[in-house]
This record gives sequence, C-alpha cells and structure tokens, in this order.
Amino acid sequence: MNQFMHDLLLVAKKDLRIEIRSRVIINQVVPFALLVLVLFGFALDADQKTLRVFSPGLFWVAVLLSLLLAIQRSVSLETANDSLTGLKLAGLSPAAIFFGKSIAIFTQIVFLELLLTGGIIIFYGSVIEDPALWVVAGLVTALAVSVTGTLYGALASGLEVRETLLPILLLPVLAPVLIGATKAYSGALGETISNGWQWTGLLSLFALIAATLGSLAYGVLVEE
Amino acid sequence: MFKQNQGVTSSPKSRLLGFTTLLGLVTLFVFAFFLTDPDVRLHPTTGEEIGQFDAVRLLYLHVPMAIIGPYLAPLVGAVASIGYLVKRTPWWDVTAHAAIEVGAIFCGLVLVQGSIWGRPVWNTWWEWGDVRIMTTLILFLMLLGYLALRRVVADEHKQARRSAIVALVAAVNLPIINRSVEWWESRTLHQKSTLSELKIEDLTFFTLMMGIVVFLMLFTWLVLHRFRLGWLEKESLKQESLTALEERRAEAAINEEGRS
Repeated sequence: MNQFMHDLLLVAKKDLRIEIRSRVIINQVVPFALLVLVLFGFALDADQKTLRVFSPGLFWVAVLLSLLLAIQRSVSLETANDSLTGLKLAGLSPAAIFFGKSIAIFTQIVFLELLLTGGIIIFYGSVIEDPALWVVAGLVTALAVSVTGTLYGALASGLEVRETLLPILLLPVLAPVLIGATKAYSGALGETISNGWQWTGLLSLFALIAATLGSLAYGVLVEE
Repeated sequence: MFKQNQGVTSSPKSRLLGFTTLLGLVTLFVFAFFLTDPDVRLHPTTGEEIGQFDAVRLLYLHVPMAIIGPYLAPLVGAVASIGYLVKRTPWWDVTAHAAIEVGAIFCGLVLVQGSIWGRPVWNTWWEWGDVRIMTTLILFLMLLGYLALRRVVADEHKQARRSAIVALVAAVNLPIINRSVEWWESRTLHQKSTLSELKIEDLTFFTLMMGIVVFLMLFTWLVLHRFRLGWLEKESLKQESLTALEERRAEAAINEEGRS
C-alpha cells in the first residue's frame, strides 16, 4: 500500500512539475476557459441578469471544454517519446499511474475552478450563498471528471484522430456530471432552490464508479 | 457456423430467417396500419372525440424498436464486451460490434420516429427533461462514439480492448444517466406500461406482441449478417497480410538466388 501511494504521488508530482515548468495550463488552458466565459457573455447579449441565472451551467461547460485540453495535454506527456513504456518498465502499477495522472488533472481542474469562480463573480455578478456546498460539489465534480477524463484520454491515446475522438467519447459519458454539477451549483449560488447535497451525492457515486472502473480498465489499456 | 471462405454473409438458415422476418414485417404493417382501430375515445363530460387517432399506429413500431435499441442491443454489446475482456477471442469482439452498430441504428430510428409521433400527440417534436428521450439520446451519442472508435485504424487487439471498455462504461453509466435526468426534470410525457390493462384477445395487444417478435427477428437477422461481415473483414485482412508476407519472402528468395 505504501509502495502504491509512493508510486501514485511520484506520477502526480511528475505531471504537475512538467505543468509548472511548461506553464501550458496558465498560458493556454486558463485563457481559453476565460475566453469561453466571455463568449457566453457575447452570445447571451451581455445581460448580467440572464448570465447570473445561467452561470452554474455556463461555469461547468467552460470547465468541461477546458478539461478536454488538460486531458490532451496529459496524454501527450506519455505518448511523446513513449514515456508510458518507461513508467511501466520502472515497475509502476497501472492503477498507480492512473490515479497519479488523475490527481494531477484534479489539481489543475480545481485551480481552474477557482479562477472561473472569480470569473463568474466578476463578469456575471454571481454570489456564493452556500460556500460549503460550493466547495464540496466543486471538489467532487473535479474528481469525477478527472478520473473519467484520464481513462478516456488513455482510450484515445496513440490514435491518429485523438483530438477529435476524445470529445465524442468523453462528453456524452460526462452528461450526468454536467447535469448534477449544474444543479448543485444552482443551489450553491442561490439561483434556484435545488437539492444540491443530493446532487453532490450522485456526483460522488459517479466519481466512485468511474475511479473503480478506470483503475481496472487502465490496467487492460496499458498492457498494449 | 457458415462457410467463411465463400465470402458471403448468408446461409440457408439465415435466408429462411430473413424471409420469415420480411413476411412478418409485411403482416405487421397490414395489422398496424389497416386492421387495428385508430385510438378514438369520447370525453366523459364534453363528449368530444379525443385520443391519439391514427398516430397510435406508429406505436406498434415504436415500442419494439424502443425495447431493442436502448435496452437489448447495448446489453448484448456489454455482455459480449465482457466476454472479450475475459476470453480475448475475436468472436466476442465482432459480436459486440455487430450488436452495438445495429443498436445505434435502432436508437436513432426510435428518436426520429418518436419525434414524428410526438408532434401530433404531445404537440412537440422534442421534450427536454423526459427521462426516456434524454437517456436514449445520450446513449445514442455514446454508441456513436463507440462506432467512431471502431472506424479508427489501429492494431486489431488494441481496438478490440478499447472498444470493449467504451461499451462497458456506456452500460454502467446508463442507470446514472437515467437517474440524473429523472432528478433533473422530474416529469415525463411517456405513459406507464398499460399492457396489463389490455385483454389478450384485443387486436391492439396482439399487434403489439407481433411487433415485438418481428422486430426481435429483424434484430437477430441484422446482427447475424453484421457479425458475418465483420468476421469476413477480419479474415480478409489476415489473408491480405499473409499474402503480403509471402510476396516479401518470395522477393527475398529471388534476391538471395541472384547474389549466389
């Protein structure tokens, strides 16, 4: 177990260190996410009242679109120079690689959520009315999309059409997450009366199933 | 099993099944569109004629397709995918592909046909938040993703493994999607099953049951042929690479002779 945790943290630290040094998230993904928020503003006719009502949904659509970029980035780290084979030869278990990469993406998504929350407060005039729900639902959703994204990133990796295939495969699977996270944030931002904690429960169930299935399936995928 | 080297997808038994299915479809159309009555009832107080009228006839096709597309086909696909991950033989992989491809067509048809039926009856082409419509739509999109993955040229085993995982995740995700849509908008225009209210001798019930049987036969026939086509595809790829290998060996042998 200790070895597993050690390997997991090793992979997570490696990915995060590369991110911090290459600054792809800061230089590309964050501006992209903010751009999406601004585009929604243009599309909805710059009416702050409307934007505030739809802010939970727009927030999570921006997160999902940015997630695609983060996943592509995470996959390209392993496919370039066939680094995945290196990790396997180093004796790391597939489950440790899977969770390590998921944690790295989770950290990036949480960072992105913080910035986007600032974005919807400034641009859309949203107000956080239930901070506990906002934090818990944000973390659980980040976990759900990170583990699912890592699995689907591995599914699409090494294929010529990876960039186009990943969204087609991943986005329908994340449909319940989008619904749940939007409802939970509607409650947290006080836009509608919704049972946010019940939705957070469903999101946790999704994250748990995705993590279990993902860690098992990752082993099958990396034996290639 | 059929003779693989003939390069055809039919066999005497599958031709018989195909012919019976065709006859069944014609009979079903006659029953659904001519022999059964339109749904017309009188309003208890106003005495006005209400009901689905002729639109009810579409249900004889809609219900069987809705049983196969979003339920039976993905189930067969998921079971075959588990079979592949356990046994690692192409038979399971080709079966999963065949079932899901046919299932995707049925799902698409259910959505289109349901929409056509919904316009006169529910007065809308589309209903956001209806659990069954949304679940079928998301499943349809996931199946399209599966088919997109199958079209990507990759190593045979790699593709089979990845496809099996996608099919399994789709099947596991289905109840969660269903539950999330149910909570999202807890409304449905779909009626609950009313089959138990119908009498056995009722022509409506008979036509509906016939529809289910005929469409199950159609599904079996389509999957059978798609399976055989997939199998022949694999065989021909194998043959092509063997021939190419033979040719390279022959070239090498000629070069060797030339040198000596």
